[in-house]
Order: sequence, then structure tokens, then C-alpha cells
Amino acid sequence: MKVGLQKYSLYSLVRNSFTRHRNWSPAWINHDLKKSYDVIIIGGGGHGLATAYYLAKDHGVTNVAVLERGWLGGGNVARNTVTIRSNYLRQESIPFFIKSVEMYEGLSNELNFNLMHSRRSMIDIIQTYPKLREITRKMYTMDIFGSTYKPISVSEIRRRIPTLAGGGKSSRLPIIAGMVHPEGAVNRHDAVAWGYARAASSLGVEIHQNTKVNSLLQNEDGTIRGVSTVKGDILADRVAVAVSGHTTQLTDTVGLRLPLRSFNLSAFVSEPIKPMIDVVVNCPDLGVYLSQTAKGELVIGGAPDPGQSFRRGTNQLVFERTVGAMLELFPSFKKLKLLRQWGGTVDIAPDASPIISETEIPSLYITAGWWGGYKAIPAGGLTFANLIATNTPHQLTKSFTLDRFETLDYILEPGTTTRV
Amino acid sequence: MLIIDCPFCGPRDEREFEYCGPYREHRPDKMDNLSASDFIDYLIVPENPEGAGREFWWHKRGCGEWLLVVRDTKTHQILSTVEADAE
Repeated sequence: MKVGLQKYSLYSLVRNSFTRHRNWSPAWINHDLKKSYDVIIIGGGGHGLATAYYLAKDHGVTNVAVLERGWLGGGNVARNTVTIRSNYLRQESIPFFIKSVEMYEGLSNELNFNLMHSRRSMIDIIQTYPKLREITRKMYTMDIFGSTYKPISVSEIRRRIPTLAGGGKSSRLPIIAGMVHPEGAVNRHDAVAWGYARAASSLGVEIHQNTKVNSLLQNEDGTIRGVSTVKGDILADRVAVAVSGHTTQLTDTVGLRLPLRSFNLSAFVSEPIKPMIDVVVNCPDLGVYLSQTAKGELVIGGAPDPGQSFRRGTNQLVFERTVGAMLELFPSFKKLKLLRQWGGTVDIAPDASPIISETEIPSLYITAGWWGGYKAIPAGGLTFANLIATNTPHQLTKSFTLDRFETLDYILEPGTTTRV
Repeated sequence: MLIIDCPFCGPRDEREFEYCGPYREHRPDKMDNLSASDFIDYLIVPENPEGAGREFWWHKRGCGEWLLVVRDTKTHQILSTVEADAE
């Protein structure tokens, strides 16, 4: 049976159980590196793999290599809080994220891989009037551009989240309002990486793990020639950079100057407990958000570390502030033990909006500035593949090009969790 | 947590300081000789090194001075701390 084409179903599960699950074919093939490709995608994370998949599926470009420095599902696709939502402020952002959320909902079927997608609503807990004003404005724009925000009362919040015992009238920041975003969802991050890898591999895309790209190579006429990796030089007609926080480390090697800064964003996971929170809770005033996984662990995210960073660790101060903020609202979580913590390197543009763009170097494309890029993986891959294949930006991302900075035409986006 | 060795107050922990962005030169004086794209480059393209990087920290809850800190962005080790205007 051909690799990757083995359909996963109840039937295949039962049939393979008779052979004690020893005959499953690998989900993707490991190839030997060729000397050249039509397209090289640097970065085998969510965006890189999704881009490869849509290049092959929608545009018939299959002579593609995805080069990953580590292992599949080991980068930022695993270093996030799997929150999928479309509650953004700008008219440029909202349709893009709506598309991404919609694509996620049908992705398990399309990839024939169970993403454990769970649409469960996101509830914003509002504790200050400036935030209430901002979020009300967001509600009106979202209403115009097709996403949903519904105001709910404080008593309704407490009914839906019984463990939310803090934030009472006598507390430091009493809860004054709430907003429900019904499209909010979570799913399983490894499945997204593996599902896209498997689907791309079955269409002929090559995935090379442990292949770190050291620098980009240029022809004498300035066009892109290929990449220099730890396994030697590889040539390509087109090179796409999808490496999240390390974008400038690669583009610096060809003298391309990008308005990006890299930060460390960390998250923590508690021990598994019985189901107690069935929504994603976001507390923007305190700077903490959390959800409960299917395994029962609470996934808790907070603010970025101060100062640029590539450390992928946890800052003790950020950790204390995040946990302290959570305990203000959820005092009973004091008894929980935290099992794991991680950090991821994310880059951000001055306007906090993403960049999906060609560059001043012909045939070099970048997707970067994804602060909260997990939710954007399907639409990010779709639109980036469209840009690489046709050399014209997709309708949904035509505003997210680099040339907006030439005129400082910012798409200021407070819909991300950042304040940097 | 970072321990920043303030040249005026001695080693103090990160909670006394406010991070104030990556190092940048003083704003160019003679704007006539500067193209718009160079000025925009000055405005929005920061240093983003993986390794030793220069950045400003304000000793907000201490002496109030602005400091120029050289910090390794991979290890968070602080390599030097001087008064911001000393250079």
C-alpha cells in the first residue's frame, strides 16, 4: 500500500487490530535530499506543512521540499495554546481568520486525520471600562465582517464557568461584563502537524527533518538561488520562509531588512483534572487565558517575556504574574500542580499584523509576524501557497504584504494577546 | 528573572525596571539628506540578534535612569550595563 494513502477509518482500525497493529504504513516517507526543487519551504511547522499541502493540492506544484531543523511538531506548532478564534478588530484581519476557523472545522475530514477539533466558545472576562469599550468596538466591527461577539451578563458568566469564584464586588478588579465568541475552538496540535505532513507527503511533497537551513543563497542577478543547509546546498526556483521567530536570522543572510522583533511567549499545563471548564476563558485585563484539554489538563497562557528573546524558556516573573492573575479569578486552582511549561519564539511586526508577502528579492517569499499563528495555519497555508504559485497575493491577504511598511500603512491589530 | 546591575544603584531585580525596546541610534538630525525609505527603516527596522543584543531598560522604580543593557537573547545573560547616554 502506498505511503500516506492508507485511509484511516473504523474499518482499517479493526482490520489492523487482527495483525496487532504491526502493518500500518508510515504516515509520511523520508526521502534523500535532491540537488534542486521547484519550491523549498523552510520550516516544517504548521504554516510550512500547510503551505506545502495547498501548493500540491490547489496548484499542482509537487516538486517541493519542506526543510525542518528539528522534528515535525516540535516547533511553535507544539508551543502554543491551541486557541482557534476569529475575534479580531480590523476589517483586513477578520475575514482571514473567519476563513481559517472555517477551514479548521472541516480539516479532520479533508486530511483524514482526527484533529480532535472541539468548538466550545471563548468567553472574555472584562474587568475595566477601557477594555469594555475596546471590546464593544470589536463587537461592532466583527458584526459587520461576519464574526460573532455576544455580550453576556456577569451572572451568566458565573453560570457557564462555575469555578470562576473570584472577581467579586469587593475584589481588586470586579468583573463588569463578558463577551462570548461562539466560534472559539481548540484542537490537537500534533494532529495538525502530522495530518498536514501526511496529506502533503501523499501528494508527493518531500519532508526533510533535521535539515537546518543556515543561510539563503542568491544568484548574481539578485534572484534567489537556493539555500545552504547542514546537509549541503540545495537549489530552488522559489524559496519560502515559514520559520516564525527566526525569520530575520535567515533574511539577514541576504541583507533583507524586515521590521520584526522576536519574543518568547510561554504557557503552562496543570495536572489533569475532571472536566470543569468547557469554554476557553480569556481575561485580557489580567493577562491570562486558559482552557481545558480533552485529557483534563488546564492549558494556561500569559504575556510575553520583556525584551527580545530566542530562549524558548519560561521567565519566572511572567510565570508568577500569570499564575497570580489566574488565582485572582479561580482561587480553587491554588491546589493544582503544574506539570509542564514551555516557551516559543514568535516574531511581531510594529502593527502586530502578519506578513505574507513577496520580498525585494525575486522569488523569495515570507510568512512571518504570526503572533498567535496557530489559529491561522489553514488559511495561512492556503494564501501563502497561492502567493508562491501565482506570485500574486491571495484576496484575503492582499493587505498583509511588506509594502504596507513603505508608507507606514499599519494594520494596527489589538486582537492579539500582546502589548509589546 | 533578570538581575540588572544598575551603574547607580547596584544589582537590582527585573521588577524595578521597565523594558524600553531595542537599541537605536539618536534620531537623524538633518532630515533633508535622508530619504523617506531610510527614515522609515530607522523608525521600524529594529535589531533582532540571536545572541548579544543591545536594549534600553528604564530603572523606573529605582533611580529613574535609562540604561543600555547588552543581553544575550539565547541565554538571557546580561553582558554589560551602562548609562544610556554614556555612549
